[in-house]
Amino acid sequence: MDKVIVAQNLSLGYSKDEYIIKDVDFSIDSGSFVFITGASGSGKSTLLKSLYGALKPETGSLVVAGVELKGVSKGKLNLLRRYTGIVFQDYKLVKEWTVEKNIMLPLIVGGYDKRVQQEQVEKLLSHVRLKHQALKYPKELSGGEQQRVAMARALSNNPVLILADEPTGNLDDYSSQLIWNLLEGANKDLESTVIVVTHHIPESMRVEYKHYHIEFGKIHERV
Amino acid sequence: MNAFKNHFSLVVALLGILFSLQTFTIVERAIDAYKQNLAHNYSFVVVSKKNIIETFFKEKYSLISKVDELSPDKVIKKLNAGIDKRNTELLKLALPKFYKLQLKHYPSPSEVNSLTKSLLRNNSIMKVETFAKSHDSTYKLLLLFKSVITVFAVSVGIITMLLISKELKIWQFKHSERMSIMGLFGAPTWLSSAVLFRLAIVDALLASALSFVLFIYISSNDWVVAELANIGIKIIIFNTFSDFLMMLTVSLVVSLLLASFIVISHKEEV
Repeated sequence: MDKVIVAQNLSLGYSKDEYIIKDVDFSIDSGSFVFITGASGSGKSTLLKSLYGALKPETGSLVVAGVELKGVSKGKLNLLRRYTGIVFQDYKLVKEWTVEKNIMLPLIVGGYDKRVQQEQVEKLLSHVRLKHQALKYPKELSGGEQQRVAMARALSNNPVLILADEPTGNLDDYSSQLIWNLLEGANKDLESTVIVVTHHIPESMRVEYKHYHIEFGKIHERV
Repeated sequence: MNAFKNHFSLVVALLGILFSLQTFTIVERAIDAYKQNLAHNYSFVVVSKKNIIETFFKEKYSLISKVDELSPDKVIKKLNAGIDKRNTELLKLALPKFYKLQLKHYPSPSEVNSLTKSLLRNNSIMKVETFAKSHDSTYKLLLLFKSVITVFAVSVGIITMLLISKELKIWQFKHSERMSIMGLFGAPTWLSSAVLFRLAIVDALLASALSFVLFIYISSNDWVVAELANIGIKIIIFNTFSDFLMMLTVSLVVSLLLASFIVISHKEEV
């Protein structure tokens, strides 16, 4: 099976003297569903940030979708991000844009036709049950609704890779279930590789998944 | 309301810059016109033993624009009583020649000095009267006026730059989050900063248009026109083409520099 992510001797950190992830090797198959767990401060989010190029590897190599992220150019990184859907714990919605426009963001960046943008947004709004909120601004929505908007945005351009950082962290059961269903759907129907950083793996998962655990700066697969 | 707030601060700051710039331009024009007036009314008087032709003066001294020979008739008329016509003619021939020299522009004290020295090097010229005392005080007054206006324009400029730097921080705070989010989805810099540049251009156009209206009003205001006429100055207060073009250029350059600075100093959140 093709590998979408290959890390070799990878070390990550926010300063040169102190690495959070130390000298790890791992790879993730294309089209797989992966959970990364670990205690708070173990480096789960740090690892995820490195996968979308917000944090560059200090040592070793990290290849995502064929792109070496160590010393990657801005142009190449932008191209990679256009095929990546990211869901953040703090949603990261553009405050001054409506729900509709927020979902459209990856399609605008990708230069999609206006008609395609509109059709895709309408489809996703109904998937996340927010059709009636299309013209509202993020501050007018609840936390659960904002995360559903962020989820729809991540899926809008049918990405090959979906990265989600504690996507259901503070959500009610209804929104959480909706988010898991959408992530499973993207993995099953679009064959997207999904990587989720979380504290708890939901019991109701209907797709096969791999589980990696981070402890003391090292990654271990748990069977 | 939000849209108004978005534009208000930068438009006000740009208006400040344009207002001080145009005021400085108007004062410069007024000073130039006043200098022309002074130059027109100011002249050297040269006393010479021999006749000197106008072309000689003009060729040798580039500052001189016009030469008038002063007729000695008035002086002779006063002495006329008891002198016959023949003697009067002899007296006329014996008297030195007087010339009034008009200059191309109102000279600085050093120009007055150097022209006097240069004229006196000519053997036939006996005396040069420059009315130096009154010239110097008028020139110093002009310099003082110009300095005051420069200080005023620089002060307004500094205050405006402070306003703009404050605006810069607000813009940095307001736009960096959106730019970061767009960047996370692969937006190139030109796309993530497009809103910023659009805002900068709109604000520059707004400020230029408001300044245009303001200065059109000032230039047609009866009180302003009458005040300038009172001091004998006729100038163009606002040239609708060249002055507007200057305002538009300045406001576009300032606001685009501001936007570029934000884009350059923007760092992606980690």
